[in-house]
Amino acid sequence: MAKTVKLLQGNEACAQGAVYAGCRFFAGYPITPSSEIAEILAASLPRVGGRFIQMEDELASIAAIIGASLAGKKSMTATSGPGFSLMQENIGFACITEIPVVIVNVMRGGPSTGMPTAPGQGDIMQAKWGTQGDHPAVTMAPDSVGEFFTETIRAFNAAEKLRTPVIVLTDEIVAHTREKVEIPEPGEIPVEDRIKPSVGPADYKPYDTKFGDVPPMANFGDGYRFHVTGLVHAEDGFPTNEPDIIESQERRIIRKVEEAVPWLSKNEEFMLGDAEVALVAVGSTARAAKMAAEEAREKGVRAGVFRPVTLWPFPHERLKELAGSVKRIIVAEMNLGQIVGEVERSVCGSVEVTCLNQVNGESISPRSLCSAMVGEVQP
Amino acid sequence: MSFDYTKYLRTEHLPHLWCPGCTHGIVMKSFLRVVDSLGLNQDETVVVSGIGCASRLPGYVDFCTLHTTHGRALPFATGIKLARPELTVVVVSGDGDALAIGGNHFIHACRRNIDLTLIIFNNSVYGMTGGQYSPTTDHGMFSSTTPYGNPDHAFDAGALAMAAGATFVARTTAYHVRQMDKLIGQAVQHSGFSVVEVLEACYTNFGRRNKQLFKSNMDMLMDLKKKAVPVEKARKLAPKEMEGKYETGLLYEVGRPGYIECCDDMIGRKQEG
Ligand SMILES: Cc1ncc(C[n+]2csc(CCOP(=O)(O)OP(=O)(O)O)c2C)c(N)n1
Ligand code: SF4
Repeated sequence: MAKTVKLLQGNEACAQGAVYAGCRFFAGYPITPSSEIAEILAASLPRVGGRFIQMEDELASIAAIIGASLAGKKSMTATSGPGFSLMQENIGFACITEIPVVIVNVMRGGPSTGMPTAPGQGDIMQAKWGTQGDHPAVTMAPDSVGEFFTETIRAFNAAEKLRTPVIVLTDEIVAHTREKVEIPEPGEIPVEDRIKPSVGPADYKPYDTKFGDVPPMANFGDGYRFHVTGLVHAEDGFPTNEPDIIESQERRIIRKVEEAVPWLSKNEEFMLGDAEVALVAVGSTARAAKMAAEEAREKGVRAGVFRPVTLWPFPHERLKELAGSVKRIIVAEMNLGQIVGEVERSVCGSVEVTCLNQVNGESISPRSLCSAMVGEVQP
Repeated sequence: MSFDYTKYLRTEHLPHLWCPGCTHGIVMKSFLRVVDSLGLNQDETVVVSGIGCASRLPGYVDFCTLHTTHGRALPFATGIKLARPELTVVVVSGDGDALAIGGNHFIHACRRNIDLTLIIFNNSVYGMTGGQYSPTTDHGMFSSTTPYGNPDHAFDAGALAMAAGATFVARTTAYHVRQMDKLIGQAVQHSGFSVVEVLEACYTNFGRRNKQLFKSNMDMLMDLKKKAVPVEKARKLAPKEMEGKYETGLLYEVGRPGYIECCDDMIGRKQEG
């Protein structure tokens, strides 16, 4: 059968991926370079029985999607750095109340208003640590238009399977590039739904660990009456002061994500088989890195690229292995050093790690990446 | 026979944390009587709050209950209602929660006119955090952060709601319990965004800092009674005569299609045309 191939912009692919994944509610507040996602969903959601609403700010947007998800609709919002900062408190709320939602952050350059139309990768750590306290973090980092489509689906699936917020983190270049995308047929990519309770309302507890680390989730309005609070709570959902319960609930919401790593983790490994230099990068920087690696090989340097597609949880284990086979690792990022810290933690000094950073609003060029690789291995 | 609240209370989670003499419980009981008189289905009734003493209410009542973050109850409720319009969604919020940190959400919820009911538990102070002044603390009053008297002036939540487009606006006090039942009942039945402001008393964190006026929480309740003027009468009085007083009753009601109806209508027309 002939494949459906479309020329899409990154943000368009994200919006279509969301609908494919079953997203039926979007709340957002316009911000460059993410606004097209809202614009497209404003038109397409009503056609599939979903709802769109433009809220008064990002504080409201994240709150609305959590509410809608609790009432049973797969929900999403999309923003950029300034809005992402505003959402942090309620991302933590979704973590502790275990309500699945998807948050897209199309990164721009700089802190504060920064560079609204320029790419940046300054929110790597915010995606992990932006909200207060210990909490789980799941983040997908697509590097192409096609992957923005599929990673948005994977984000919804992970959110539903794990009952946790999932962030899709990309940059202005991926969001605004137009590329050919093969659109899968319905059913071609599996779509996951949250596990519904198998017990009746009388026996239902919203955080019942009897069923494992991801407790089944009832929706408001399905005949189950329960309490949801951002206060630390026991299995029945009500606040508790019991140290043992607090500790075990807190550890469980982190553990459920750690235990998912075998299916949740995803990396791209480009020409790493015989590589002596590995370049680590995500998003559009990784695309330049792949070009640079090819160029470096032409110049006689065995270069390869390691790209975390699931950025959080970070692929520590795989990088540790990689440290055994390469001589050097270069971490390239459009920030002043965020991923590099994680890479250093993974390799524990077993191999030299250097970084190439750029925060001038321009993408890191393949040329500068290539010379870093070539220069590195020269005596 | 007296009303049996236990049907609607999570008795295993009582006693509540409210102070003796706190008026939040009066409003909670009024709400439960309304639920009963309207015959609302508990499985299809959602009670949403933010953070504060008033916002602890959802933990005590047996519905689908959601205790959110400070100030954000209305947008959470908006998401729930849009996802499942058939549910009855009631938001309970303190004056700080609804009008300070949640003030922007408040005016936009009024404007959108989504069918939600907001009950503002207005004790004119931040009770939970120990008695700091709020946007509804009267000028000159003492609080833990206005040790020389409040230099600010209070919001008129009802006027704000009307200006922002709410289609049902009412005010009552913790003293006027029968009126409270009636207004909360009408608000829940009203189709569109409805606001009921209940003027309340927090002796623990407000009254005792204003001993020149209040020696007990009873004094505060009597003050609420004294200052309340039924709207029909208030509107005949000169502004001068209303100084230091407030209108109570149904301040405003109008029928206007809300966000959901308008959306469905426009999308339907577009698809037909
Ligand atoms: C973002 C945030 N800021 C501040 C607080 C602290 N806080 C908790 S309750 C509250 C005020 C509560 O006052 P109000 O809403 O009037 O309710 P009351 O306690 O008087 O019933 C504040 C400031 C918080 N929980 N979250
Ligand atoms: S501090 Fe005030 S508002 Fe809070 S419970 Fe006590 S009396 Fe009520």
